[in-house]
Amino acid sequence: MSVLYDAPGPKTRRRHAIWAVLGGLVVAAVLGLVVWKLDQEGQFSGAYWAPFRNWGVWQNTLLPGLRFTVQAAALAIALAIVFGILLCTARLSDHALVRIPGGILIEVFRACPLLLVILFFYLAFGKELGTLWPLVLGLMVYNGAVLAETFRAGINAVPRGEVEAGYSIGLSKSHVTRSILLPQAIRAMLPAIISQCVVALKDTSLGFIISYEELVRRGKGIYESYYNIIPTALVLAAMFIVINYTLSRLATYVDGRLRRRGQRTVEPTDVGDRPVEAAAAQG
Amino acid sequence: MDVLLDNFDTILDGFRETIALTALSAVCAIVLGVVLAAMRVGPAAPLRWAGAAYVNVFRNTPLLLLFVLFVFGLPTVGIQASFFLRAVIALTLYTAAFVCEAVRSGVNTVQRGQAEAARAIGMTFGQTLRYVVLPQAIRTAIPPISSLMIALARNTSVAEAFGTKEATYVLDSLGRDHASALYWIFAGIALGYLVLCLLIAGGFRLLERQLRVAR
Repeated sequence: MSVLYDAPGPKTRRRHAIWAVLGGLVVAAVLGLVVWKLDQEGQFSGAYWAPFRNWGVWQNTLLPGLRFTVQAAALAIALAIVFGILLCTARLSDHALVRIPGGILIEVFRACPLLLVILFFYLAFGKELGTLWPLVLGLMVYNGAVLAETFRAGINAVPRGEVEAGYSIGLSKSHVTRSILLPQAIRAMLPAIISQCVVALKDTSLGFIISYEELVRRGKGIYESYYNIIPTALVLAAMFIVINYTLSRLATYVDGRLRRRGQRTVEPTDVGDRPVEAAAAQG
Repeated sequence: MDVLLDNFDTILDGFRETIALTALSAVCAIVLGVVLAAMRVGPAAPLRWAGAAYVNVFRNTPLLLLFVLFVFGLPTVGIQASFFLRAVIALTLYTAAFVCEAVRSGVNTVQRGQAEAARAIGMTFGQTLRYVVLPQAIRTAIPPISSLMIALARNTSVAEAFGTKEATYVLDSLGRDHASALYWIFAGIALGYLVLCLLIAGGFRLLERQLRVAR
């Protein structure tokens, strides 16, 4: 029950019931209109959906596309974590010569459209690198910059006393970072990293534009031969939603588990493009 | 360097298109997002489910796929609209899901006592929301909405491949024509986006200061 309304009395219950019915009708009407329109245009005809009833299409086109999507996303996230750690340590450095460029790089990479960076890598090195690496590099640069900020929040979440204790027993700064800060920061970041996977997975679809053979590009092959853009897009969307929704739930679950054990976790710093469930749950 | 100066007008036109896309989608997405957030916190269960379903569907679908669906798909069911308008539809529907969540978590951070006090003096759900909760929720939601609008400005670049000649399209076409000057073109256009993002962030910071109240 929300704070916004009380346990309702009989009169309010009746009013809420009326609202519920009216609201339900409006929602049903909107959905119905969409379905009716699609049906009117023959979008539900068997011919349009035939490729998705054919196991061969799944086996030869869609599932390999999904594999390429996951491959690019996994590579990108792995590299982005490394790149993010580098950017973050640069930004937290004691030397202004390293700190300032690090900060500028993070800001620039976060402000640049991902597609612009991918296109740049593609146009500059596409001949040598093909299509996978421009996509992965672009994703690495952007997600790395976002993760660097999350990382900074994770390091700041470690109690100061632990760092001071490290210094007082004579550890160097890099040793404190390696042995005390990073292990705890990474654990605190785990949910944020999983959420970032959802972002990366969605963004691999930008490979479509530089003709990397990921899932949506494979879908293009289907809709160009069957002229079924809407059915294809709906099937692809369903695939993405199932995967990403599962990942988001996993992030929420891990977050809850860590919190119950008294571990501090980091909220996603950039709500720009990721589930904010964790942030919402905190409030 | 010369390439940038020679094609200054083209680049400027590109950014004009980017800004138009951003502005129109921003307004529509914020309106739709607030409506969705109201649905999600309201007492009517079907509306709550519909809001939650909307958010989960659009937040987990790649924006590019929404572009395919709306820019390529709409004409196949006989709905005609300009490329620009169809891009706005895709961007709006995508961004609204995130705006909804930002506003909803804003609502959730308003202290319990506030809404309880409002109810205690007999305000209805609508009044509680309008006079007590939303004004405070909007204030907490401004920083996340600001980052969402920056993300939206960056996301307009996807329209590049869908018939809209905005700034990223300019990189794509100029970069192919002047391969040797690619670095300059990229730097120039990236700078343009950086300025755009800073302007949006600055605008929202100004708004935040305007709305700040003593608490």
